[in-house]
Amino acid sequence: MKEKLEQILAQALDEIQAAEAKEALEAARVRYLGKKGELAAIWKGMGQLSAQERPVIGQIANEVRGKIEAAIEEAGQRAAEYEMERKLRRERLDVTLPGKKIPIGKKHPLTTVLDEVTDIFVGMGYSVAEGPEVELVHYNFDMLNAPKTHPSREPSDTFYISDDIVLRTQTSPMQARVMEKTQPPIRIIAPGRVFRNDEADATHSPMFHQIEGLVIDKNVTMGDLKSTLETFAKTLYGEETSIRLRPSYFPFTEPSAEMDISCFKCHGKGCPMCKYEGWIEVLGCGMVHPNVLRACGIDPEEYSGFAFGVGLERITLFRYKIDDLRLLFENDERFLKQF
Amino acid sequence: MKLPYSWLKDFTDIGIETISPKQYAADMTMAGTMVGSWDNAADEISGVVIGTVTEMERHPNSDHMWVCQVDVGEAEPVQIVTGAWNVHVGDRVPAALHKAKLPGGVTIEKGKLRGVASNGMLCSLKELNLEERDVPEAAIVPAALLNDYHPLDADKPSIPADIQPGAKVFGAVVAAKALRVESAGYGRFALTLDAGDKTVEAETGCSNIHTGDLVAYNTKNGAVLTPDDLRAQQAEFPHCIRDGILILPAEYAGENGTDVCAALGIDETVFDFDILHNRPDCLSIIGLARESAATFEKEFHLEEPVIGKTEGDIRDHLSVEIKDADLCPRYCAAMAKNITIQPSPKWMRDRLRASGVRPINNIVDITNYVMLEYGQPMHAFDYKCIDGGKIIVRRCAADEKCTTLDGQTRALWENTLVIADPTKAVAIAGVMGGENSEITENTGMIVFESAMFDSVSVRTTSRRLGMRTEASGRFERGVNSEGCLRALKRACQLVEQLGAGQIIGGIIDEYPNPKPVRVLKLEPEKVNALIGADVPREFMVKTLEKLAFTVEGDKVTVPSWRDDMEGTADIAEEVARYYGYDKIPTTLLTGQTTKGGLTQRQKFSRLVNEACNAVGYNEARTLSFMSPKAFEKIGLAEDDVRRKTVVITNPLGKDQSLLRTTPLPAMLEVAARNYNFRAQSIHLYEQSKVYLPKLDDKGNVDAEQLPEERTVLVMATYGEDFYHLKGCLEAIFTMLSVNVCEFAPCETNPSYHSGRCAAIYAKGDLLGYVGQIHPTVLKNYDIGAELYMAEVDLEKLFALVDKERYYKPIPKYPATTRDLAVVCDDKLYVLQLENEIRKAAGKALDKLELFDVYRGAQVSEGKKSVAFSLELRSPDHTLTGDETDAIMQKIISALETAFGATLRL
Repeated sequence: MKEKLEQILAQALDEIQAAEAKEALEAARVRYLGKKGELAAIWKGMGQLSAQERPVIGQIANEVRGKIEAAIEEAGQRAAEYEMERKLRRERLDVTLPGKKIPIGKKHPLTTVLDEVTDIFVGMGYSVAEGPEVELVHYNFDMLNAPKTHPSREPSDTFYISDDIVLRTQTSPMQARVMEKTQPPIRIIAPGRVFRNDEADATHSPMFHQIEGLVIDKNVTMGDLKSTLETFAKTLYGEETSIRLRPSYFPFTEPSAEMDISCFKCHGKGCPMCKYEGWIEVLGCGMVHPNVLRACGIDPEEYSGFAFGVGLERITLFRYKIDDLRLLFENDERFLKQF
Repeated sequence: MKLPYSWLKDFTDIGIETISPKQYAADMTMAGTMVGSWDNAADEISGVVIGTVTEMERHPNSDHMWVCQVDVGEAEPVQIVTGAWNVHVGDRVPAALHKAKLPGGVTIEKGKLRGVASNGMLCSLKELNLEERDVPEAAIVPAALLNDYHPLDADKPSIPADIQPGAKVFGAVVAAKALRVESAGYGRFALTLDAGDKTVEAETGCSNIHTGDLVAYNTKNGAVLTPDDLRAQQAEFPHCIRDGILILPAEYAGENGTDVCAALGIDETVFDFDILHNRPDCLSIIGLARESAATFEKEFHLEEPVIGKTEGDIRDHLSVEIKDADLCPRYCAAMAKNITIQPSPKWMRDRLRASGVRPINNIVDITNYVMLEYGQPMHAFDYKCIDGGKIIVRRCAADEKCTTLDGQTRALWENTLVIADPTKAVAIAGVMGGENSEITENTGMIVFESAMFDSVSVRTTSRRLGMRTEASGRFERGVNSEGCLRALKRACQLVEQLGAGQIIGGIIDEYPNPKPVRVLKLEPEKVNALIGADVPREFMVKTLEKLAFTVEGDKVTVPSWRDDMEGTADIAEEVARYYGYDKIPTTLLTGQTTKGGLTQRQKFSRLVNEACNAVGYNEARTLSFMSPKAFEKIGLAEDDVRRKTVVITNPLGKDQSLLRTTPLPAMLEVAARNYNFRAQSIHLYEQSKVYLPKLDDKGNVDAEQLPEERTVLVMATYGEDFYHLKGCLEAIFTMLSVNVCEFAPCETNPSYHSGRCAAIYAKGDLLGYVGQIHPTVLKNYDIGAELYMAEVDLEKLFALVDKERYYKPIPKYPATTRDLAVVCDDKLYVLQLENEIRKAAGKALDKLELFDVYRGAQVSEGKKSVAFSLELRSPDHTLTGDETDAIMQKIISALETAFGATLRL
């Protein structure tokens, strides 16, 4: 009988071991542990045993049962895992198929760069000023110390609405408007559309955008201007960017300068981008002309300040390596989606 | 402004040999005088040497080529084949040898021409990038060679092909064969001609005759005729042309084999400066030399021009009266007699040419030379054309005319400043001389004018006449009245130096109100405070002195040519640019901090972008202009207020002549462009500026007032439907926290489909429209897709932003959901049903959603079935079935009463 039990155990364990699916396990459980199963048959035959043998065999039979149960339990877990495995395999997806299309729109590249520049200066405590695009000659030229003979006043350069009203040719009139209304300290940028009488080509447009900057306070120096522009350039074009100021002339600043940045492509070594100069002209700037301060009711003996004007298109073209300005205003959606 | 280096060297030696043109350009630029580019014409030319033609013979296999032996300073002559006919034995020519480089990237290679070896090329003026004016001695006049005659009509030749010496061509002109051709010097040739029955000697300036050629010879006056004399067309004498090899005149010195560029005077580095508007003094060689000397810390020499021997007194010949001193603060005149008009010498021509000015003749060249050197425009009049020897500077009368040097008669505006004699205008002051007083070959006595004219006056005149000259440009930017006299003396000095005439003694100088000397205060601490550096006072003084300021104590006397200097800021710039902008230390802005940041409106604008992007729309940016044609194209009525626009008086073109009052046309153009690019669908938006002019009482545009500028959100899409765009708008409104917008049917907007357009209202105020663009409008823009657009006034929308957003408790009791389907008239708007349901259900209605609209077999003709899902809820208890039924019943009765709608069963 003992042999029989050992035989059953071995057979059951083999069978359980071999069973992968839940059904096979259930079959094994019924065959060995069920009411009509093999162990049940042993219990039934127990009566024929001697009183001495009975408890010994009974104990062995219980052990065998325990072992079979444990094996089934273990195999059950295995089978569940196997089932899960099969289910997952069944549900397999081709994850390389494209995702569902969620429509996403993009900001215009000019807006992206403008927002970025705005954030740089807002971070430095600047406000954003606004002003009319159809502007008085008074603000666009007169208040800005532009000589009556300055060529920028020519109808070949400036769009006129009447003798006294123009489409602003620069964002600088907003300087005058702000200074007239506000007492220092002043820290503003003034972005916006400006207009020049230029036919559209790869580098010109009759309408484009500038960002004006203006700081007026006590003891403002050219050194402050340099550091401000350096921060701006490094934030926009990377820490390794260096700047240089080059003497220039604008009616409303004195001293005046053009700011160049080290070429972001060749880092100053010289390449077609920077025309082998190593430097790229980015903006005009300078110390606000005393005549402008005076015209706006600010005492140049007490206050000084700096101003700068950036061409938004210019820095945007550099930023995205766009080679034709017209693309910005053509609004081909294939272009607009790229940014 | 062009600066030939050799000219700079007359005033300062910056030693370009040691610092390279690049360094010079860089240093000048950083000191404030920007060099745009530099160039040396000789850099393009190499391997072209002076050669002397030692032998010539006709090419054995060509009817027009010559085989030349050219001595280029080597042991053996070089054989070069040329097609030009103006070369003779003994001529000095530019010989481009094997591997030589010519302008335009041309490389010369040796080779064979019709079987004969040619080891180079003889060059014409053009091949060296020069023109006849540059080397006037090398002008070529061809004779008509009868052996080159090609009749226009082969059947009817004007000259027989076999014409023999002595045969008549016409009149006294006969054919003659050249037996001998010899140079007679100065570009002349001595000929011995076989004229048939006799042999004659003749002289000619024609340079294309060689022994054996047949010429047309006038037996009456001994002249050899040119194709022009024969009234022949060029095609009849294809090789007798006014072009050929450059024969170097004797004064162009140089040994055989030496570089031709040096001899021609084109080996010159020329710097091209971009002169800033406030520095007209730098529109002169002297001004640039002064800046150069200061930049490189070199000596600057400028000598006072000296006039040698003079004869007579100018006052015996000439008087000057300034009638309008406001427009002509100074007028100086000098005179010269016994003038010989001829080309100016080579050195002067070379400098003019390098400066971009064409040489004309000695007197005109002198005026241009002085203008370039001193920055003072000069003019020369023919004295005999000035009636009464009196020059009057005055405003002209209304009906005056002046024929200018370019031969055009120009009607003048009243008050144009003219130079006149008692009877007529002889020049338009500062702009252009008159033809009636032009310097010609017959000029014997001249008057030099060196004057200062008002910049605004010259500018106005030159604009009106459409004439911009070197002189007018300088007057416009401002000429220094203190410089007139010196320039005049320089011109007289040059007349003497060139042997062009005899200077008459004395100078007339009308200068009623001399320009005051400007004195500024030097305050070093203020200068330093502005630039933010610690520049020593000594450096400031030294810098100012280098630039010809005089400094005594704190008094700075400004040189007369520096009208741009007004105060401390200007001194600071002079100091800073020589101190070096790069040496100014960077410092952090101190002082009061400012709050900064974006305004609510500016943040709103960013939010609009984000919202539009979130619903899948891409931002466009269009120009603010509009075409007058756009009104028709978008179907506006004649009296539509949007036709009242701001008008540009000087637009780029009619299509860009208005400022837009509606964002539709620009966006329609964008849609059309994308449609043309075959885009399957588009999703575009813009925060578009519109410009609404102020109107006067009569409703006309008031151009003297600034318009109102408003921003409108405009959206455009095709490849979608109406409900897509409306849904996007609703989503955008939600994102912007605007919760009060309503859409009402609008059949009257002419740009939209009358059945597919909604007006957007908030609190009764019109915000804009959304709808399908009218098919006619689409056709006008050639758009073949159903385009949907929306326009929403963003200023109004901003005012509607819900700023009071507070928490509402999450409902505690569950909602009861009921569906409701009613059959109603097809024309009824769903909005009407919704409004009625809301009214009837009252507060209990938590949510109302349309889920189906059905027309067709199940409902009768002219009706539709509309199905809603309703969520009913009470805040304080769960609604019972009876309560819900009651509400639903109330709704159903209300719909029935209002619209005759019946429950669909």
